[in-house]
Amino acid sequence: MWWSFALPLVFAQLAASAAGGPALFDPVASVVMHRRCLNCHQADAPRQTDRGVRHAQRVVRGTGGANPRDGGHGAPTLQCQACHQTTNTAEGRVPGVAHWSLAPRSMTWEGLSKAQICQQLKDPARNGNRTTAHEMIEHMRVDPLVLWAWNPGANRTTPPLDHASFVKALDAWAAAGMPCPQDKTP
Amino acid sequence: MIKLLINGKARALDVPDDMPLLYALRDILGLTGTKFGCGMALCGACTIHVDGQPVRSCVMPVSAAAGKRLTTIEAVGATPAGKRAQDAWLELQVAQCGYCQSGQIMAAAALLAHTPQPTDEEIDAAMSGNICRCGTYPRIRAAIKRAAGKP
Amino acid sequence: MSEFSRRDFVKVGAGGLALGFFLPRLASAAAPRSFAPNAFLRIDDRGQVTITVPRVEMGQGTYTSLPMLIAEELEVELATIALEHAPASDELYKDPALGEQITGGSLAIRGAFDRMRQAGAVARTMLITAAAAAWRVAPSACKAERGTVTSGKRTLSYGQLVGRAAALPVPADVALKPPADWKLIGTPARRLDAAIKGDGRAIYGIDVRVPGMKYAAVAACPVLGGTLASVDAKTALAIPGVRRVVQLDNAVAVIADNTWLARRGLQALVIRWDGGANAEFSTAKFAQDLEAASRKPGLVAQKIGDAPGALARAGTRIEAVYHLPFLAHAPMEPLNCTVELGPNGCDIWTGTQSPARARASSAKILGLPVERVRIHNQYLGGGFGRRLEIDYVEQAVRFAKQVTGPVKYVWSREEDIQQDIPRPAYVNRLSAALGADGMPIAWTHRMTGAAVMARFFPALVKDGIDLDAVDCAVDMPYAIPNVLVDYVRHEPPFQVGNWRGVGPTHNVVVVESFLDELAHAARKDPVAYRRALLGKSPRALAVLDLAAAKAGWGTPLPPRAGRGVSVQAAFGTFISQIAEVVVAADGTIKVTRVVCAVDCGRIVNPDTVRAQMEGGIVFALSALMWGKITFEHGRVVESNFHDYRVVRMDEAPPIEVHLITSSEAPGGIGEPGTAALGPAVLNAIFAATGKRLRALPIEAAR
Repeated sequence: MWWSFALPLVFAQLAASAAGGPALFDPVASVVMHRRCLNCHQADAPRQTDRGVRHAQRVVRGTGGANPRDGGHGAPTLQCQACHQTTNTAEGRVPGVAHWSLAPRSMTWEGLSKAQICQQLKDPARNGNRTTAHEMIEHMRVDPLVLWAWNPGANRTTPPLDHASFVKALDAWAAAGMPCPQDKTP
Repeated sequence: MIKLLINGKARALDVPDDMPLLYALRDILGLTGTKFGCGMALCGACTIHVDGQPVRSCVMPVSAAAGKRLTTIEAVGATPAGKRAQDAWLELQVAQCGYCQSGQIMAAAALLAHTPQPTDEEIDAAMSGNICRCGTYPRIRAAIKRAAGKP
Repeated sequence: MSEFSRRDFVKVGAGGLALGFFLPRLASAAAPRSFAPNAFLRIDDRGQVTITVPRVEMGQGTYTSLPMLIAEELEVELATIALEHAPASDELYKDPALGEQITGGSLAIRGAFDRMRQAGAVARTMLITAAAAAWRVAPSACKAERGTVTSGKRTLSYGQLVGRAAALPVPADVALKPPADWKLIGTPARRLDAAIKGDGRAIYGIDVRVPGMKYAAVAACPVLGGTLASVDAKTALAIPGVRRVVQLDNAVAVIADNTWLARRGLQALVIRWDGGANAEFSTAKFAQDLEAASRKPGLVAQKIGDAPGALARAGTRIEAVYHLPFLAHAPMEPLNCTVELGPNGCDIWTGTQSPARARASSAKILGLPVERVRIHNQYLGGGFGRRLEIDYVEQAVRFAKQVTGPVKYVWSREEDIQQDIPRPAYVNRLSAALGADGMPIAWTHRMTGAAVMARFFPALVKDGIDLDAVDCAVDMPYAIPNVLVDYVRHEPPFQVGNWRGVGPTHNVVVVESFLDELAHAARKDPVAYRRALLGKSPRALAVLDLAAAKAGWGTPLPPRAGRGVSVQAAFGTFISQIAEVVVAADGTIKVTRVVCAVDCGRIVNPDTVRAQMEGGIVFALSALMWGKITFEHGRVVESNFHDYRVVRMDEAPPIEVHLITSSEAPGGIGEPGTAALGPAVLNAIFAATGKRLRALPIEAAR
C-alpha cells in the first residue's frame, strides 16, 4: 500500500522535530565544513585550496601569542603577516584580511565529523570561550576573517549559503537549543 | 607622498599607496639587492625586514610600511645576526648564481636574531619559504648552524 | 680587442669589494698604459689585473675557476683580480668545442683548461722578458711571484713593467707548469663573486639601471606560435605613469615609469589573442601521438652485434616503456632584457649564455652592423639552459625599434614559465634479454622525441640523428654484447630547448632504471649487477665502488626505506649516486640522503665540483618529484611556484660528495650531477616499495 512507503518518512520527521531538529545544524555545517573555513580551523598548520592540501612553504601554526602553545601566527620568523596583508594581494592570489591567522588550536575542525563540530561549537573550552549562543554567532556575523570567506577573490569557491542565510541558519539552530546530530555508530 | 624609514634613512616617496614595497625599493630607490622572483609571496626572493620581522615586499603595500623600520639586504650586515649570517655564507661558500641569496640571508638573519641556536626543525620552519633553484639548501643550513656557533 | 663607446662592468677588487657602475663614453677599452696580450687579461700600470672571463657566470663558478687557471700561471693572488663580463665576440671568446661564444654543455673547464693557463703563462713570460731586458739579465735568472718579477735583490712590480711588456711580441704557446707545481689549481679557492652575492651588490640583468630608463611588462601570445589579434589600451594608458603600449605580431608591452605601473598597465589591457594552429594543442593528445610514433622503427643510433636476433632467441625477455614530461627551467631571475636604441647603435643589457648570438640576431633585426650592437652581459640569476636562447632579447629588440630611450623589459614569473622553451617530452621503449646467468645479452632502446639540436645547434645532428638526444642511450659503459639504439624524431609544434643535463638527463634516468629492472629480474643486487658489467669501464667502476662503500650499500635500513644506485658516464665525467628514500604509509616519498662519487678528471676547484653536485642533485629532485609542463587548449597550465613546484629547504636531502683524485683530462661538472639523480631515487623507491615508476613526475605538484 502507498502509505507503507510514506510511513517511515513521516516517523523520521516526527522524530526530528521531537528531538529539536538536529537537521537544523545541517546548513550551518555546510558552511563551517567548507574549505574556506576549514582551511584555517586546523591543528598544526593551515591548508589551502578546495582540496585542502597542506599550506605550501611549510607554514606552521607556530608558538607564541597569549597562550604559548597556541600560536596561530606562524613560525617566529615566518609569520602569517610575512605574506598575508590586510587585503588580498597579487591579483587576489595571496588572500588577505586584517589579522590573518589560524583559529585557536582548540577550534580545530579538520578531521571532525558534523556531530563533533556541532558539540565543539557549543563548548566554551573549544569555541574561543564563548559562553552564549549569541556570542558564538556574533563571531560568525562580524569577524573579518569569517567574512572573508564570502569575498575570497581569485575565483575561490564560497560556502554554499550566502552569509546572511548562514547567520539566519545559526539563529534558527540556536533558537531550537542548538541540537546536534549523532554520529552513526557502526 | 609616503614617508618610509629604510636602512635608517627617512625617505619620502611619491608612489601609489598600494604599490608593493619591492618596486619602491628597486625602481624608485635603486636598492636592487632585494629581488623579484615570483610576485606572489611564494619564493622569498623579495624578503626584507619590517621592524625586524621578515616580510615579502612583493605583496606588502608601501602604505603598510609607514611608520615602521625597514631593513634591506644592503644594510642587514650592520646588525649582529646579519653580519654573522653573511660571514657564514662566505665561510661556507653558499652562493651559486646568488639571485635568491638576499632573501635567504634576510630570512636567516631574522631566524638567528630570534633563535640564536636553531634546530633543524626550526631552520626548516623559518627557511622553507625561500626557494633556491641552484640547490644551495645544504650549505644554507650549514651556514645558519655555523652562524649560530655550532660546528 | 673591440672598442666600446660605453662599457659596464663589475669589479671585484681586493678583499672582495665590488663596484658595479656604468662608465660614460670611454674613448678606448684599455687604460693608456696597460698590457693586454690577449682578450682574457690586462694589467694596468698600477698592477691591477683584470680578467675578461670568456664563459658567463650562472652559479657554476666559472668566474672563479677560469681566473684560477690564469692566476696560477700569471703568478698573482686570486683575490686581487678584478673581473669583467666578456663582450659579445665569437672570435675572441668562442668555446673551442662549439666554435661559438656559448656557455653550456658543461664545457667551460674543458675549453679553458689549456687556453687560460696559456693566457696567463704567456703574459707572465712577457713580463719576465720585460724585466730581464730592463736588468740586462737572462729571463731564466728571473722569477715571477705575487705580481712581481724578481732577480736576486732586484724587483719590479707588474705595474712597473706594463709599458715594456706591451711593446713585446706575443709568443705562441709557452711551457706550462707541471701539475706538481700548482699552488692554486686543485685548491678550494674562495669564489670571487661570493661577497657581492651576499650583500646585494651583484648586478643581474633585472637590476640594470640606466639614465632615463623606463620599465616594461610584457605578454606574448599564451598559445606558442599564436599572434596578437587586438589590444584595447584605453584603460591602461589612463593610469598615470603608464607611457606607451607597444605591439608586436605576437606580443604586447606596456612601458611605464616603474615595474608596478607597467604590471598594472598590462593587467588593464583588453587583449585578444589568435591561438592559430596550436590553439588546441594538448599534452594529453601529444602523449598519444608520441606513443604512436614510438611504435615505428627509427634511425639506428648504435648497433652492436644483433640485438633483435638475440632477443628473438631469448628465454627471459623484459620490456618497459618510460614516459618523460615537458619541463620548465624556472630560473630564480625571470627573463628580462634592457635595450637602448640610439644614434650610436644599440646597447643591450641582459644575462645571456649566448652573447654573440644575441648580438648577431639583434643586429639583423635592427638592420645594423654587428659592431654597432653592444651586449652588456651581467651575472645570470640562473641559466639551466634557458638563457642559451635569445628569444627574450629578440623580443625586447623588436619592441625597441618602436621606442625611444632605454626600456627594461621584464617577464613576470607567469610569463617566464608559460613562455619557456621547454625540455621536450620523451617516450622510451626498452627491451632486454637475459642469459642463463641473468646478465643481459641483448638490449634495445628506442628513444622518441624532439631533436633540440636540429634547431639549436644543427652541427650536432648527423644522418638525421640528434647526437645529444641519444647521448647516454648510446655508448653505455656496460659490456652488453648486443645493443640496438634507435631514434624516432617527433616534434611538438613549438620550440623545445636545452635543460640542464640535456640528453644524459633524459636518457640516464631510463637506462639506469631499466638496468635495475634487469637486475631485479635476475634476482641480483643492483650494485653487483653493474659491477659485473663495468669490466671495460674502470673509471665508472671506481665511482660505483666508492659510492657503494660510502653509502654503506647492503647495510640494513629501517622499514619502508630503500636504496637505489645509478652510474653514469657523461660530459667526460663519471658519477655514481646512491639515494636513500623513505616512503610514508600514505605513499609520500622523502629522499633522506644522497651519496655522490665523482671522477671528473683533473679538478680546478674541488669546492665548485662539490657545489655543482649538490646543486645539480637538488635541481634534478624538483623535476623528478613534480616537474611537468601541461598544455591545454594550446596554453601552458602551470604559472608560478604553487603549481610548478620545486624543492625547498625542508625537502632537500643531506648530500655527501666524494671526489676521486685523477690526473685524467678534466670533464664537465655543471650538468652531470643532475642527470645521475633521477634513477638513483627511482631505484630506491623500488627497493623500498617494490613499485617500479616508469612515468615522471613522481607526484602531482599540489
